[in-house]
Amino acid sequence: MKLLAWYRSVAAKFFHRSETADDIDEELRTHIQHRADDLGRSGLTRAEAERRARIEFGGYERYKEESHEALGGNFLETLQQDVRFSLRTLRKSPGFTFAAIATLALAIGANAVVFGIMDALVLRPVNVPQPESLWAIEHFESYPNYVDLRDRNRSFDGLAAWKMVFTGLDTGNNPASAAGYATSGNYFDVLELQPSLGRFFHSADEHGPNSAPYIVLTWDYWHSRFHDDPGVVGRTVQLSKHPFTIIGVAPRGFYGTLLFGAPDFFMPIVNQEQVDGQDLLNARGDLQGIFETLGHLKPGVTPAQATTDLKSVAAYLEKTYPKEVGHRDYTPAHPGLFVFGGPARAFLAGLMLLAGLILLAACANLGSLFGARAADRSREIALRLALGSSRRRILRQLLTEAVLLSLAGGTLGLLGSVVLLRRLSMWQPFPTAPMRLPVAPDAPVYWVALILALVSGLLFGIVPVRQVMRANPYEVVKAGSSGRIGRRITVRDVLLVVQIAICAVLVTSSLVAVRGLERSLHSHFGFDPRNAMVVNVNLPQAGYSGDQLPIMEKRIVQAMEAIPGVQRAGLATNYPPLVYAAATGTHIFKDEARDLRPGNAAAEPYRYDVSPGYLEAAGTALLVGRDFSWHDDENAPRVALVNRELARKLFGSAAGAVGRYYKLADGTRVQIVGVIEDGKYLSMTEDQESAMFLPFLQSPPKASDLIVRSNRDPKQTVTAIRAQLHQLDPGLPADIDTWNNFLGVALFPGRVATMALGVMGLMGGMLSITGIFGMAAYSVSKRLRELGIRIALGAQRTELLQAALGRALKLLTLGSAAGLVLGLLATRVLGSIVYGATPRDPVVLGGVVLAMALLGLLATWIPAQRALSLDPLILLREE
Amino acid sequence: MPDHAQLLPGTLDLLILKAVSLGPLHGYGVLLRIGQISDSALLIEQGALYPALFRLVRQGLLKASWGTSENNRRAKFYELTAAGRKRFREETEGWNRLATAMASALAAKAEEV
Repeated sequence: MKLLAWYRSVAAKFFHRSETADDIDEELRTHIQHRADDLGRSGLTRAEAERRARIEFGGYERYKEESHEALGGNFLETLQQDVRFSLRTLRKSPGFTFAAIATLALAIGANAVVFGIMDALVLRPVNVPQPESLWAIEHFESYPNYVDLRDRNRSFDGLAAWKMVFTGLDTGNNPASAAGYATSGNYFDVLELQPSLGRFFHSADEHGPNSAPYIVLTWDYWHSRFHDDPGVVGRTVQLSKHPFTIIGVAPRGFYGTLLFGAPDFFMPIVNQEQVDGQDLLNARGDLQGIFETLGHLKPGVTPAQATTDLKSVAAYLEKTYPKEVGHRDYTPAHPGLFVFGGPARAFLAGLMLLAGLILLAACANLGSLFGARAADRSREIALRLALGSSRRRILRQLLTEAVLLSLAGGTLGLLGSVVLLRRLSMWQPFPTAPMRLPVAPDAPVYWVALILALVSGLLFGIVPVRQVMRANPYEVVKAGSSGRIGRRITVRDVLLVVQIAICAVLVTSSLVAVRGLERSLHSHFGFDPRNAMVVNVNLPQAGYSGDQLPIMEKRIVQAMEAIPGVQRAGLATNYPPLVYAAATGTHIFKDEARDLRPGNAAAEPYRYDVSPGYLEAAGTALLVGRDFSWHDDENAPRVALVNRELARKLFGSAAGAVGRYYKLADGTRVQIVGVIEDGKYLSMTEDQESAMFLPFLQSPPKASDLIVRSNRDPKQTVTAIRAQLHQLDPGLPADIDTWNNFLGVALFPGRVATMALGVMGLMGGMLSITGIFGMAAYSVSKRLRELGIRIALGAQRTELLQAALGRALKLLTLGSAAGLVLGLLATRVLGSIVYGATPRDPVVLGGVVLAMALLGLLATWIPAQRALSLDPLILLREE
Repeated sequence: MPDHAQLLPGTLDLLILKAVSLGPLHGYGVLLRIGQISDSALLIEQGALYPALFRLVRQGLLKASWGTSENNRRAKFYELTAAGRKRFREETEGWNRLATAMASALAAKAEEV
């Protein structure tokens, strides 16, 4: 009953707000009229009677207000009042308002961007139905092994596999490079996808090698290349000169099962030989066959059970094919990021942490600004308290002010981050690689920004609470606003130190990253990327295969060397070092080894099949022995070049290795004819790996890349290379770029990390400046009178500055020192992302100290000028 | 005004309930009635009446309706609800107990201890 009445009363307040306000007004006025009527009867004039009635009534507005509250809080109305009042006060101090909103916009924007990326790359699964139960084996695998995995596991509903293929797609005399997935026939069925047009291929379409010449287009490719033409289904196109029929279009928004990838089409893997130029379907030992294996776990099967199940299949494979299959470790993971998942997740988590720190610093900053403002307004607050306002009401108003600011800042930050994220999703870091960044600002990003805004508003809004709760109206009104200045350590001081420390951490880590990146650009990779072009001639795409490949490749190398200005040309398979972060490792055995199972391998070097001239073209130094010649072909004894690391591993030293033998995985004996310098192969940050180089004429035919070293202008060289290739075969497609540009891919993680840290460091620096500035300006303005007296008494400029800014500078020093130490500790983590990032670097240490000193100088400049230009006469006269 | 007593905290609500229990009243009427039944011995600041009235309405002890006053002015009239009547009885009893106890305590003389 009571509850009902209460509810009715509250509901009435909400829905008839102004009506109740009018009601109260009318009721109170009627009271005064009644009283005036009575007073009039005792002989007063009407005007006098009303005046007396009003006086007797007491504080009209106050009772009206209290009546309001008695009627049920009246949340909305109070809020409206608070908002109006806050807007008015904020408008009165535009500098403060601007600084607060800008700070928050930066901090919340940074968080929204980082969260947006994290949301896209880590939190959001690939775009398929029921992604929770989709698990992948993120391993390179051979096709025969995949088939065994598919047929022998008992944990998956179905197991699909795919690999990347790069080819040319010709709709009739217009070949253009295209990238696609060669997938197992069950790929779409395992992923439970439906085509948006036509049909998909299925397991039933596979009848052995090259039996299923069908392709399915991605929606985007269908849109851009075929202009949404529904008539494409049934059309025949040429992939690497082989006819394929377009049978369908994949659903919109499906970009395959690798997050960064942006394939153009899907084709059955049984036809891969036509596109790859080599048969991988029967090569059990060749781990290039399958990029990733994935499927939905059966209902009730846990990932742990699946791991055990896969382990037994792995054991079976190792036992049955001891020569080809080594120990395999199958651990299912959620698909999307492949092997980069771990580092990417760690890096993003670190970035999120930094962004959080920035926001915290911003809150600390604003908190101290707010505290200072509340102190400045202590007179106003005291007056309000004295006039009968409750402390709760005042706090509520201050909090409203804080939340208003944070919402404004949050909105601005969010807008900025939306723009930035949109840009990022359009960004193509490598024009030659089919990549996209699947970031799009969406609901979670908006929510996070909103929540962060509210939380940070409350966070810095509560800083002045204690101040208000303690305020004694009599004291403040009596003493005037200049009051006493605490010499004690205040919350504001602690906040400022924390914030400066955070900033110093950011500055330190960004400097470490920048230095690391700089070093990695100038370090030695075991080859010289300057003046070298990488030419990818896709011979399989032009219809060459098998034994035609090496013949054509030899002709191309010789044609390249005929170009004027070209010093040397050579080719390498498996991508040249540090190109596309791709390299193939293979087992090798000591010469005396009899049991050639992978477990007995002496080493697992990266393998490159190269032509004579490759070493010189790449700029790799031959330490001892000889380079290959064109006579090292299939009729000659098998030979090899090894790097110093492999020589050391096998025979203890470089010199001792020349002339010795070892065995390849298939048991072939090869003789080491030379040792070359060590280098980087897969990534900049890798530990020293071993590598071997074999003559390509003694290896199975394979697609390859050319390295052309020339002392001419790169542009002219490219034109000359194209002309030569055209002369050899007008249909040869070629991607040409400088080796340095390809290194961009290898440097990409470090570059992104450095950029991100740099931005964060910059933001941290800006926040520190505003923080120190706020503190210094406040302390100067609070002590103007004292400073004026000091000047009048003959204080020197240094003494004056000491008095005005000493405290701010002390806090700066303290915070910077703490931040430097913390930053140096934190940057150990960086070493795994940015090559050569080390905190033990005098430039970094000096740089941080210099940067912080500069920050301090910048931030205290204006307050210092103000302190120095004081005119004591004006000041002392004023109060 | 030496014969005016300051109101104890919490007693205003009870006085309002008492005043209204004698018949529906508008705000000013409540004030007059309290003055009348207390022989003008209790001092109430006029405006303070209204927050108390609204509080009682919100608690469901009073209900209000607009009507016309004896001066022919539009005014809001208050009357007790069932819950208000019950609360009034309880509070009256409580007050009487307290008052009796206080009175006997204060009336104690030295020889009675």
